[in-house]
Amino acid sequence: MTGLTDLGLIAIRDGVAKGEFTAVEVAQAFNAAVADAQEALNAFIVTTPEAALSAAAKVDADRSAGKELGKLAGVPIGMKDLFATKGVQTSAASKILEGFTPQYESTVSQKLWDAGAGMLGKLNLDQFAMGSSNESSAFGPAISPWRRKGDTAALTAGGSSGGSSAAVAARLCPAATGTDTGGSIRQPAAFTGISGIKPTYGRCSRWGIVAFASSLDQAGPMAHDVADCALMLEAMAGFDPKDATSLDMPVPDWSALLNADLKVKKVGIPREYRIEGLNADVAKAWDDGIAWLKDAGAEVVDISLPHSKYALATYYIIAPAEASSNLARYDGVRYGLRDLPDGANLQDMYAATRAAGFGAEVKRRILIGTYVLSAGFYDAYYTQAQKVRTLISRDFEEAFKQCDVILAPTAPTPAFALGEKSNPLDLYLGDVFSVPASLAGLPAMSVPAGLSSDGLPLGLQIIGRPFDEQGVLNAGLAIEQRAQFSAKPEKWW
Amino acid sequence: MSSYRIQGATGEWEVVIGLEVHAQVTSNAKLFSGSATAFGAEPNSQVSLVDAAMPGMLPVPNMECIRQAVRTGMAIEAAINKWSRFDRKNYFYADLPQGYQISQLYHPLVGEGSLTIEADEKAGIPEPKVIGIERIHVEQDAGKLMHDQHPTMSYVDLNRSGVALMEIVSRPDMRSPAEAGAYLSKLRQIVRYVGSCDGNMDQGSMRADVNVSVRRPGDEFGTRTETKNVNSVRFVMAVVESEAKRQVALIEDGGKVVQETRLYDPDKNETRSMRSKEDAHDYRYFPDPDLLPLVLDDAFLEECRASLPELPDAKRARYVDGLGLSDYNATVLTTDVDTARWFEALLAATASAQNKPEADVAKQAANWLLSEFFGALNKLGKDLSTSPISPEGAAELLALVGNGTISGSIAKQVLEKMLETGDAAGVIVEREGLKQNSDTGAIEAVIAEILTKNADKVEQYRGGKEALFGFFVGQTMKAMQGKANPQIINELLKKALAG
Repeated sequence: MTGLTDLGLIAIRDGVAKGEFTAVEVAQAFNAAVADAQEALNAFIVTTPEAALSAAAKVDADRSAGKELGKLAGVPIGMKDLFATKGVQTSAASKILEGFTPQYESTVSQKLWDAGAGMLGKLNLDQFAMGSSNESSAFGPAISPWRRKGDTAALTAGGSSGGSSAAVAARLCPAATGTDTGGSIRQPAAFTGISGIKPTYGRCSRWGIVAFASSLDQAGPMAHDVADCALMLEAMAGFDPKDATSLDMPVPDWSALLNADLKVKKVGIPREYRIEGLNADVAKAWDDGIAWLKDAGAEVVDISLPHSKYALATYYIIAPAEASSNLARYDGVRYGLRDLPDGANLQDMYAATRAAGFGAEVKRRILIGTYVLSAGFYDAYYTQAQKVRTLISRDFEEAFKQCDVILAPTAPTPAFALGEKSNPLDLYLGDVFSVPASLAGLPAMSVPAGLSSDGLPLGLQIIGRPFDEQGVLNAGLAIEQRAQFSAKPEKWW
Repeated sequence: MSSYRIQGATGEWEVVIGLEVHAQVTSNAKLFSGSATAFGAEPNSQVSLVDAAMPGMLPVPNMECIRQAVRTGMAIEAAINKWSRFDRKNYFYADLPQGYQISQLYHPLVGEGSLTIEADEKAGIPEPKVIGIERIHVEQDAGKLMHDQHPTMSYVDLNRSGVALMEIVSRPDMRSPAEAGAYLSKLRQIVRYVGSCDGNMDQGSMRADVNVSVRRPGDEFGTRTETKNVNSVRFVMAVVESEAKRQVALIEDGGKVVQETRLYDPDKNETRSMRSKEDAHDYRYFPDPDLLPLVLDDAFLEECRASLPELPDAKRARYVDGLGLSDYNATVLTTDVDTARWFEALLAATASAQNKPEADVAKQAANWLLSEFFGALNKLGKDLSTSPISPEGAAELLALVGNGTISGSIAKQVLEKMLETGDAAGVIVEREGLKQNSDTGAIEAVIAEILTKNADKVEQYRGGKEALFGFFVGQTMKAMQGKANPQIINELLKKALAG
């Protein structure tokens, strides 16, 4: 059955505009899908059906009144619960912010509402966006709608934007926001057979997004296809004077300028990413991708990113260092959880509040970050990591003298089962392909490439030059057109 | 060289002092948020989402605060760093919402500079002394804890949270309480001239961390202690003295000075060890990833330089060399920028009212301001900022003296009436009939009468007792009820006495 919930973002926007269906009908359909799946998939932390309906009703009224409609008019979306939403709980999937209701709206979410989108709810994520499997959420992990062939084991929808990927893949929303610090948009997109793009650092304002690692955090869209991502990114991006790291550049018409013809383009294949023992399905998908881009007219060149092997170590110093400081504000003094034992002094209150309010992974990263910034260790860890970060950026600068975009796998494996990776290091290793582009602040996207031998989606990653989201989207579109990825998870929930 | 020494049981000790002065930047808004910064507002009424460190809030530098710090740096002839960066200083305290203070450790905005303290023989400063300034950086202030609002809990007021401070760090170049006091006064004078800080130490706009160590004269530096948040020049001097004495006594008793943070208790006039904010002092400084490096261009620096006012040293020199004022008067007039401004307004108005160059009326204006006006205001419990008389009003009075309409002694009466009634000098002179009599015929008649009455004294005068001249002037003036032009009296008397 092809219903409204099978439609993508542009199809819904156009259908509403043409009057094929009303925005309210769309919101109702998705609200029902969300409610139906909530228990099984746990994709949402909070659902906001009334918000979706009222936004839709306004679009319908505007349309009746003949008013000009926004870019995303009539499209209900899911909002990762890292974006502050006025009057709606913003928890970052943590106990310490459970019940916290901002009096302000993040810049990115406000831009989406201004473009005519409506909110279906706040999506699950790894706690404070720290994790690659959604298992660090204080509200339990989102469950992937995908299952291995002949198996009912619950799989991860990826992380940290796992609620977003699960919801889009399960058709609970046509698109969702994500944030990406070391791969948190791209890896969940790859795990669930959808598309997602992390734009150049600074494209989307960080104002109102609960901070994890400020120099890496970047918002982006997650949707069914490249064109939907391009259009939604246009609505999300733009200079914001409230974010000192925001890029003061115009937002291009990415969706209008989409072009899958890659003649005269060069695609770089980083030899260091051919790691030993690379999953055979992933390796095959990568080879398919190379063939598709050649078919689209591109020349394929071998490139080297020699410092890639240090990227994970670098990332797991810089991100926790920034996080340890960014999360110091959750202290029980002004908002959120406060644990004040009898007779407690200030230090006792901090200790009790933070012990009760932060999960194990968050505590681990605060400890790592505090350690690497400590006197006596700072130079050996943090300063060294910053130097390597510069070298990694230089690797990319050199590579982009020889090619226009880089093609690599998004993740080294397909989705794994929840509980399968109990050692945090195993989880960290899964970020190996996504972290370098984050450290260099480059635009990077994941698009579906096919299915693994046991029937799980695989993603391919395209990395571009700074500000060249267009090049990334175009290469993504070329792959999308040739991969013909049409697999959907079979509904079991 | 300062000869200040502490006499210990075992000999003489020299004290070494460095000051870290926190000066609140004059700006309507905080360093990284748009919140207001007025003193004395209701608790938590000047707090933005950024100041309260709500989730997802970001700092954006307020360029007015940067501009003020740069101008201050220029006023102490310091190197301005066109590339500087903000760092986070991490520690937990309830008055610090972010859990870190945004400051500048590694790359401060302003580098090496200096200022000169004046010679003051009485205070043991025999000649002017240059005090080095290591750096000025900008940083956020913290909020304030209130412990007296509830029996078991403390309250937090975040009005100050995020307010911009300049931290001005001196070299350990001072050697006596007097030098430390003079340095702080001079620094306060400069920031008030520049307009980068109001210098109100009693409101906490300016406060000093006082670093003190002692050594045998000429030895290596000793271990220093840092006494925090000292909020007056007098207290800074007291801290130096008491802390140096404490250290000397400690060392002479066989103890050792520990490097620590101390607090000053003005009631007991002693410092005591302060508990640290964290058990281990590890602030985990690192570059603030929410902020890009601060890069200043030439146009910005040029604007900062162009907007600098004449500074106290230059102004004082000009008053002496250009206006012919005494060193003493020039120093008094330039000590406070408000006095200098008032004087210059008075000078301009006086010159214009009398149609003379400023240099010709400067002494008259300065003498009147310092010897007449300050005293009169003082009696009323007022100062220049609350003066009921404007510089223009005062200039009118001085012009009446200058053109001979009234005498200096009548001017005193007129000033009193002006302060009393608020009326203009000319109005009062007219109404009260205080105009000076310059009618030579009338004066000659009075003189003739007086000389006749005092023929004996005339004889003595003519016999060589010239000191009697003052007696004749006094008699004439008295007879004319003080309203005769003294210059004319002088002339006519001389002529008459010459016979």
